[in-house]
Amino acid sequence: MNFDEIADRIEELHQGAVQARVGEPAKDPYLRISSESLVEVMRTLHADRDLAFELLISVTGMDWSTWTPKMPRVKKGDEPLPEPESPVSRYEVVYHLLSVSQNHRLVIKVACADDERPAQPTLTGIYPAADWLERETWDLMGIDFQGHPDLRRILCAEDWVGHPLRKDYEFPTEYHGISAE
Amino acid sequence: MSQLQEMEKRLADGQREYVLDVKTQDMEINMGPQHPATHGVLRVVLTADGEVLTSATPYVGYIHRCAEKIGESVDYKMFLPYTDRYDYLAAMNNNVGYCLAVEKAGGIEVPPRATWLRMIICELNRIGSHLIAFGTYGLDLGAFTPFLYGFREREWVMSLFEKLCGARLTYSYAYPGGVINDAPEGWLDELLRFCDVFDKKYQEYDALLTRNKIFIERTRNVGIVTKDQALRYGWTGPSLRASGVRFDVRESQPYLFYDQISFDVPIGRGEMGTTGDCWDRYYVRMLEMLQCTRMLRQCVERIQADTTPGEFLTKLKNYRITPGEAYVGIDNPRGELGHYVVADGKDVAYRIKIRGPSFCNLSILPEILPGAMLADAVAIIGSMDIVLGEVDR
Repeated sequence: MNFDEIADRIEELHQGAVQARVGEPAKDPYLRISSESLVEVMRTLHADRDLAFELLISVTGMDWSTWTPKMPRVKKGDEPLPEPESPVSRYEVVYHLLSVSQNHRLVIKVACADDERPAQPTLTGIYPAADWLERETWDLMGIDFQGHPDLRRILCAEDWVGHPLRKDYEFPTEYHGISAE
Repeated sequence: MSQLQEMEKRLADGQREYVLDVKTQDMEINMGPQHPATHGVLRVVLTADGEVLTSATPYVGYIHRCAEKIGESVDYKMFLPYTDRYDYLAAMNNNVGYCLAVEKAGGIEVPPRATWLRMIICELNRIGSHLIAFGTYGLDLGAFTPFLYGFREREWVMSLFEKLCGARLTYSYAYPGGVINDAPEGWLDELLRFCDVFDKKYQEYDALLTRNKIFIERTRNVGIVTKDQALRYGWTGPSLRASGVRFDVRESQPYLFYDQISFDVPIGRGEMGTTGDCWDRYYVRMLEMLQCTRMLRQCVERIQADTTPGEFLTKLKNYRITPGEAYVGIDNPRGELGHYVVADGKDVAYRIKIRGPSFCNLSILPEILPGAMLADAVAIIGSMDIVLGEVDR
C-alpha cells in the first residue's frame, strides 16, 4: 500500500484521529495523530491484515523549541521550495513503522500537549520493542511514557541530571567530583 | 548433631530411606560489564535456579557518548567520523547509511561510480563483520582455531580498505555526494582475487565450525526465537531472517543499485534443529558471506563497464540542507541501521536520530534467557552478534 491508501484506511477506521496528513512533496510522508487515539491507531496498524505493521523501527523524541528554518534563496523566476509544516508543540514523538509482509513503511507523529511535562501513552502493550525505545526517549529527551512497566534511564547513568537532547540542556560542569570543563 | 550425622546414624540403624531437607536458593550472577563473551561492555544480571536461568536483566550504556547530541552540534561533514564509531565493525556501512540520509534530505545527486563503490565497500565490510561474528562465536563456545582462520581473510579485507582510504577501522570513506577518492589502480582486480580466494577458504570455515559436531550440539535448539517474537521485539537483519522471515531492505526496498544485481536472501530453515535457534542465526551469516562475493563480482563488472574513472564525488559549494526531514534505513551486517535527519537549512543538523540494530536486537534478552541453561547464556548472546558501541551510541 502507498501512503495515501494507508492514510485513507486510518481515516476510515478511526474518524477524527488524524490531525494532519503530510504527503508529497515531503520526502517522508507522515500522519499526525492525536495523543488520545495513539494506542488505538497503533493497535489497528499492527493487527489489520492489509496494514500489518509488525515492526516498530524507531521512536524519536523531538524538541522544536529552537526551530528557525532557513529556506534557501531561489533564482528569479523559479518556484520557491515548499516550507515544512511548522511545529504544533514543543515536544513531539515520531514513530517509524515497517511492515515486512506488506513491504511498506509509515511515519506517525504525535504532539505532546504539555510543554512542562511532555507525555505519551506507552506502546509496550502492542510492540515489546517499544520498551527500550521508550526508555531511551525518556532518558535522552525526557518524554514520559504513561503506563510503561519500567521507565528508567537506559543509556545515561542512573543519577544523571537532565535530559541531554533537550535544546535547553545545560552541560554539567562536574560529575562525582570529576571536572568536565 | 548435624543433619548429615543424623542421616548417617539413621542409615546405620537400618532405615532405608531418608529425605534430606535441602533448602535451595536462587543465585544471582553478575555477567560483565567486563566479560570476554559479552563482546564489549555489557552487563547482564542473571538469576539461576541451579543450572536453569530464571531471569535476566541487561544493563547497557557504559560507553554512551550521545552521538545524537554531537550530531546536532557539529556540521554534516564533521559528523561523518562519528558514524564510524557506533558500529565499529561495519564503519563503511554506517558511513553509507548516514550519507544516504543526508543526501535524501538535501536532494544531493551521487555519481554512478560512487554508488557502485559504495556497494562494493558495504558488501566487503559485511564480509569483514561476519568474519568477526563467525570467529568470536567459535571463541565464545570454546573453539579457538576458527577465530584465527577468520582473521586471516579479514586481514586482507582490512588491507583492501587501507589501500582505498588509508584507515583500517574508522574509514570515513563515503562522503555526502559520493566517496572521498576513487579506487586506486589495480584495486578492483585485487578485489576479484580476494573473492576467488575467499570462496575457497569458506569451505574451511564450514569444515571447522559449521559441521562440527560439538558446535552443533552447543547451538542447535538453543535460544530459539520464533518469527513472532523476533518481529515483536523489532529484530531486523540476519537475526530476523534466521527466524524464518524473508525480509532484506536490499531486496525489498532497494537503495543504491541493489535492484540491478542478483543475489539470494538466505533465511533460517531449522536445518539442524528448530528454525530461529543459535545455529540458524550463525548459518545465515555464513551464507550471506557467499552472497557478498557474488555481489562484489557483479559490482566490479558493472563499475568497469558503465562508469568513468575519476567521477566519484559531486562537489558542493556548501552543505546547507533544505529544511525538511528524511529517514533512510539500510541493511547493516546487524540489521536495519536507520538515520533520521531533520534539517533546518543550516549546515548543522537540527536533529539526528540513529536507529541502531544491535540496540533493538538486544532488548529481547529478558524474554529468551529465562528457561535456558546458564552455560547457554553465552551461546545465545553471542549468536545475536551485537556491537556494544552501537547499543550505547
